[in-house]
Formats: sequence, structure tokens, C-alpha cells
Amino acid sequence: MTETTQTSAFRTFRGDTGAPLDPELRSIIARFVVLAVLCAGVALLNENFLSVANFTNVLRQASLLFLIAAGATLVIIAGAIDLSVGAILTLSACVAAGVIHATGSSGLGIATALAIGVSAGLANGILVAGLRLPPFLVTYGMLWILSGGALYYMGGIPITGFPREFRFLGSGFLLGIPVPILIMIAIALAGSVVLHMTMVGQQIVMMGANRAAATLAGIPVRRNLICVYVASGACAGLAAVVALGRVNSADPGMGDPLLLPSIAAILVGGTSLFGGTGTLLGTALGALLLTIVLNAMNLLTIGSAWQPFATGIVLVGAMLADAFLNRRRS
Amino acid sequence: MLEESGTEGPVGIDRGVADPDVGVLSAARADTPRPMMVLNGVSKSFGQMQALSQVDLEIHAGEVHVLLGENGAGKSTLIKTLAGIYAPDAGEILLDGNRLVLGGPSDARRAGISVIHQELALVPHLTVEENIVLGREPRFSIPGSIDRRVQRETAQRALELVGFDGDPRGKVANLTTARQQLVEIAKALAHRSRILVMDEPTASISERDATNLHAIIGDLKRRGVAIVFISHRMREVFELADRVTVLRDGRKILTALPHATTPELLIKAMVGRTVGSFYQRLERFVAGEVILETRALCSAAGLVDMNIVVRSGEVVGLAGLVGSGRTEFARAVFGLDRRTGGEVLLHQLPLPADPVRAVRSGIAFVPESRKEHGLALTKSVCDNLTLPALWKIFPHGLRSRRRADQVARGLIERLRIATRSTRQPVRTLSGGNQQKVVIGKWLPIEGNRRLIIIDEPTRGIDVGAKAEILKLVEGLAAEGCGILMISSELPEVVGFCDRVYVLQSGTVRGELSGAHLTEEAIMKLAVHHDS
Repeated sequence: MTETTQTSAFRTFRGDTGAPLDPELRSIIARFVVLAVLCAGVALLNENFLSVANFTNVLRQASLLFLIAAGATLVIIAGAIDLSVGAILTLSACVAAGVIHATGSSGLGIATALAIGVSAGLANGILVAGLRLPPFLVTYGMLWILSGGALYYMGGIPITGFPREFRFLGSGFLLGIPVPILIMIAIALAGSVVLHMTMVGQQIVMMGANRAAATLAGIPVRRNLICVYVASGACAGLAAVVALGRVNSADPGMGDPLLLPSIAAILVGGTSLFGGTGTLLGTALGALLLTIVLNAMNLLTIGSAWQPFATGIVLVGAMLADAFLNRRRS
Repeated sequence: MLEESGTEGPVGIDRGVADPDVGVLSAARADTPRPMMVLNGVSKSFGQMQALSQVDLEIHAGEVHVLLGENGAGKSTLIKTLAGIYAPDAGEILLDGNRLVLGGPSDARRAGISVIHQELALVPHLTVEENIVLGREPRFSIPGSIDRRVQRETAQRALELVGFDGDPRGKVANLTTARQQLVEIAKALAHRSRILVMDEPTASISERDATNLHAIIGDLKRRGVAIVFISHRMREVFELADRVTVLRDGRKILTALPHATTPELLIKAMVGRTVGSFYQRLERFVAGEVILETRALCSAAGLVDMNIVVRSGEVVGLAGLVGSGRTEFARAVFGLDRRTGGEVLLHQLPLPADPVRAVRSGIAFVPESRKEHGLALTKSVCDNLTLPALWKIFPHGLRSRRRADQVARGLIERLRIATRSTRQPVRTLSGGNQQKVVIGKWLPIEGNRRLIIIDEPTRGIDVGAKAEILKLVEGLAAEGCGILMISSELPEVVGFCDRVYVLQSGTVRGELSGAHLTEEAIMKLAVHHDS
């Protein structure tokens, strides 16, 4: 390798025939294999695992985790971070619940959730891109502000019971498939198309890989940053609608337990925390992997105290595996 | 023209060879006491680059020893070696005749060597007193406590020596640069330093503060402190120095007595002629219409009234010392730094300060630092080669990998970039090939009246790649592009540019072309002749 790339001044380029498999594709395949092996193993140990009821439940749970992580994946690929997704979900869900109870309109409720998500994302984007504040601080501050807003709005009393048509998005079925899973597939596809098949997607990847180089290449870095934050907020708003439909109740603590698992799903999915690499398909697989591990532990009656431990093992294991594979390749 | 800079200096003298005309000190050495510090054949390299080679230097008690040299001559490496920041690869440093091994900056301080860098190293939120005793606070009988009274007395004594008139208990952050410098000197004295090394201390302070500093230096000298001083102000050199040493390309060219030499001779010694061949222009083109014109351009980064014109088919150089405003000018034109006055006209039309607009109007900016600003190192050759031209390659916003690969393949063949495939990470390429990517990525934005800004295009790459890159730049000029080239390599500037602006302190000090364009002329304009 070195003699062809480093020393020769002659034309050593010989097309793409010698090109290795695209690293992102390779990382997806690796995760898919791990997932399949994991499923087969758990299925052998416990016959309930592959039952329709259990598997549907796993997929539903994973889809919520994916939705909240999807937009945040784009933010991380772009070289920033969004810690406010859990809080955006909370506030969107609470206010949407209030609107539905006040007006009886499901459509208005959905619109409210999405509008709050988009607005919060826009605020994050403007603070980070426009005022050049550090993403970690902005979205961490936003986490507290939005959580506080939800607490204030709810006044300590959860809102429960929503119309059937509103709950459809969270707990309905279409053609025998749970709707959240369809939403997950749709978002994963749409997001992947944007990321890999549009110019803006490529710009987002490249500005995550080297912000300064992208700026000097005339990439509209600030506009793109605002866009990914808005996408992240919108995904959290959509996740709020799904969550409300599933649990049929809104309370000001509902988003908190989702933030750290969503970051875990993104990282397990192969997205670099430093930006510049990552896929939405990876985040979907990461969400599935983490959910299945926890589900398997429940089925195998391993104490719940071991669950965070398992999440940590999966996370560090994924990092180790990637590091090992990359080292072997080079 | 000299063949080899180390064997004979351009003014006919060499280290150790007595020459009454320029006043080399070897003859006088017998009368003077033994030098306080001696450097014998000190060498230091970073990878391929030889930063210091076989430097001999003597520093005597009670002398002001000025180091002169253009950018990259090795001055900074030399003082960092004295400061214990770099360990020399070869050679030795003797202090009072004993071999000195510096394991780090604290060893140097213990040996009595204090270095005052251009970026001052004080802790801004501590008081003046605290800064002065920092690192050797007087201990009180209770472990871990500091004896404030002794601290104050120590600080006071040192501050008196430098004539500090501010509040010793005020925070350093609130002091002017000149006062902070005095605190640094006081700190060095409190630490009983015998050798004080100062890197361009007068570059960033006012004339009055500089005069004050000169007086203090004179005072320290009388107390037997040896002062090593980097300066680009010729007048200062001649007023202050007891001896002057000129470095070039990491070698010592000469050591001279100021009264026995002239600014012209010193400048000649500084520029010399770099060893090895460099690219010669194949042809010159007739300058066409004006592409870029700036009128009294000022920027937040320190540009003052910059008037520069670049015409079609012309290679215009920006020369000057580090910090003279060359890169800052490029950044202001491109819209990376805030402009605070004046205007930038591209093809006679005002160009707003926005990098996105600059790229879309055809401006190319090849930055100085490949790794920081030029390349996304983890991404592929293809990703990097298509970055600035994504809008041109995919006008409808939809990206196709095949199309991107096709564009990248064309550039790889045209520039002869040595890579296995378009998908290879760009970090695995050699420096020269990386530089080709940094320049080549601007080629898909076609157009024959473009402005191409290139900052240090040949730094850190081998001779072959250098020639290829300059040939490429020349080809762009032949097509009618206007080239604005920033370079610290004077032979390259003189040999390659049609016209050169010499900058100093953020403004244009002079414009040279034709027979007037010589290395000596550039250096004469680049250094400070007065204040």
C-alpha cells in the first residue's frame, strides 16, 4: 500500500477496482450480523422472544428510541450535539396534551407538538450557529429551560386519556404493522436519502469532519447547522406524539429517561461523536440492539439493576469492535 | 550568488573567521571573559525539516545579543531550545563551562534562563505579586501555606528593578501589554535569572513603552544579566545590541558588532540564497483587466488601509514577516474576518464579506494549514476534491456518487495525485499529494477570470511536488486567473511573482516589480526601520 500511495510520482491511480468496501456500509453490515446473532441466541434461550407480542413490543420501544435519536444523529454528524431532545419531547407532549384536552382536536395536538419541536430546534440552531455558542452548553441549557417549562405548564398533575384517532400514531396498526414502526421506517428512509443522496447531506457530513475546511470551501455551515437542529427538534416533537399515543398520558418527567439511551443508540450505531461519520440506518440498528438486549434480560429474568450495566457493555463493545476493525484495515 | 550558506556568509565572513570589516568577535574573544553560555553545534529537526543545523553561539554576561533572521530562519526553535522546550538532536549547551541538559522548561528556569515569549505567559487572574513568585512561592511554616509577607517583599524588590509603577496587588489581566512585559521581566529577576531571552518584545508595544524597555534592558545589562533579544526593528538593533547574530535556514550566518556593520549587510545576510533549485516561471503573461481591487480595506484582525490590485493573468505576491497581515488580508477578502472599513471589488463589483458568496463568485482560497483548514482528513479523496464545487457538480441538489467519483477521477489524473482510489482517506496521502488535493478541489469551479488566493502553497512538501504545484498555479494564470500568492519563501516570491506587495503591521509598505523585485528589497520593506 505504501509504495503505491506515498512514493511514486507516476500515475498509480487504477480506478475503483481496488477500493475497499465503503466503511459506512461495512459498519452497517457488522451491526446487522451482531443483531441477527443476538436474536438467534436469545430465541434459543427463550421461546417467548420471537413471539409476535414480544417482538412487536420490542420494535415499538425501539421505534420511540430511534425517533428521538434520528434528528440528533444528524446534529452529531454535523459536528455538534443536541442534549435537549428529551426535554423537547416532554414539553411537546405536555402542551399537545393540554391542547387536545382543551380543544378536542387531535390534528391541533399533533401540530402543536411538531411546532414546539421545530421552534425549540430553531432556537438551538440560532444560538449555536448565529451566536456561535458552544452546542453542548446551549442544548444543555435548553434541556433545563424546556423541562422547567413543562413542569410549570403541568402544575404537577399529569394529563391522561386521549382520543382514539390521536393514539393511532402511537399504538395503532396499519396492514397489521404497528404504526410507530412504519414511522420509524419512513423517517429512516427519508433521513438516509437526505444524508446520502443530496448535496446538503454531503455538506453536513463534511462540515462535521472539518468545520474550518467546509467554511473555507463556501459551505453554508451556519444555515446547515440550523437545519439539523430544526430536524432534531421536529423528530423529538414527532416522538412526543408517538409516546403520548403509546402511554396515553403526559407528565413532565417523560422525556428525561430517553436522552441518554438515545445518545447510546447513536453511538452504538456507529456515528462518531466528533462528527463527520454516521448513518441513520446505524442509529436504527443501535436502537434495536439496545432494546433487544434489555428485552432479553427481562425475558431471562436477569435483575433490572444489571440493565444500565448491559447498555454500557454494548456501547463500549461497539466502540472497541469499530476500533479493532479499523485498525486491522489500515 | 552563494552555493552553500553554511560555508561562507554573503558578506564574506563566517562564524569563527575574524573579519575586521564586519567585526566578528573571534579575535576579541581572547580579551573578553569566558562566555556565560556556549552553544556547540546545536541541531534540531522536525521530521524532514532541519530547523537548526550546527548552530554555535556564545552569550556573555552583561551583553545584549540580538538574533536576526527571516521567517523560519530558526530563531524561535533556538530560543525554545534555550528554554528547554525542545531538546536538541545534536550538539551541546554549556553554562559556565558545564554541560547543561534541559529536560524541560523548569530545568531551564532552575539554571537561570528565563524566556519571555511573544505570547506572555502570565496567569491573567492572579495578581502581579502572585505571578512573580508563581512556581516558587515562599513557604510558611505550615505545609501548603504561602508566606504572603515574604512574597510581597520578593515581588516588590523585583518590581522596583524594572520600574513597575502599577498596583502590585492588581490582577495581571487589567494591565497593558507593556506593563505585563515588565511583570514578566520582574518575574525572571525574582527567579534570579542570569540569561533573559526575549522574543520580539517591542513588536506589540508603543514607542514610549519600547524606550522604557530599552532603559530597563540597559540597566539589567549593567547588573551582568545576559540578554538575548529577537527584533525586526533595525534601529533598535543598532541602538541596543552589543552583538548581532543572523540566522538563515537554521544555520548561523554570522555574528557581528553593530558598529562594524550596516543594516544593508545584515539584510543581505538574512535573505541570502536558499540552497537547492526552485521553480522558474516558463513564461510571463500580459496582465489584463482588474480582477480584485481593495480600497482602504480595514479588518477586525488588524488590517489598515490595504490597497491591492490583482489583474487577470498576473501572479501577485504578498510578502512580509509573520504577523504582517498577509493571511489576514486573504481572510478579509474572502469574508472570514470582519471588515471594519474600505471596500473589496471583484470585477468592479462590491464583494460582500461572506465565504459562500466568495466561492460562488469564483474565488478560490487555498489555506496555509492543510490539516486544519484545507482537508477533512478522515474523509475520502473524492469527498475532499468535490467539496467546494458541490453546487457546481450537483446543480439540482441531488448527489450521485458516480458523478462525484467521475469528477474526482478527472482531477486525480489531471494533477497526478498518487492514490489507490477515489475512496481512500485523504490522511493516508503524502504531504505533496494532500496539497494537490487542497488546490485541485478548486478546479471544478471553472472560469478564466477567477481570483485564486494561495497561502504558503509549497510549505512542507518535497521539491518535486513543489514544482508541480507551482506549474499548476502558473497554468491557472495562463488561463487568465488572477493569482494572489502568500509566501515566506523569498526566492519563490522573487522568482515566481510578477508583482509583490510587501506588508508590515497590517498595511502595504511597498510594491515591487521588475528589476526592483529582489529579496533584499523585500526584506528592507518588511523589517521595521524605525519604531
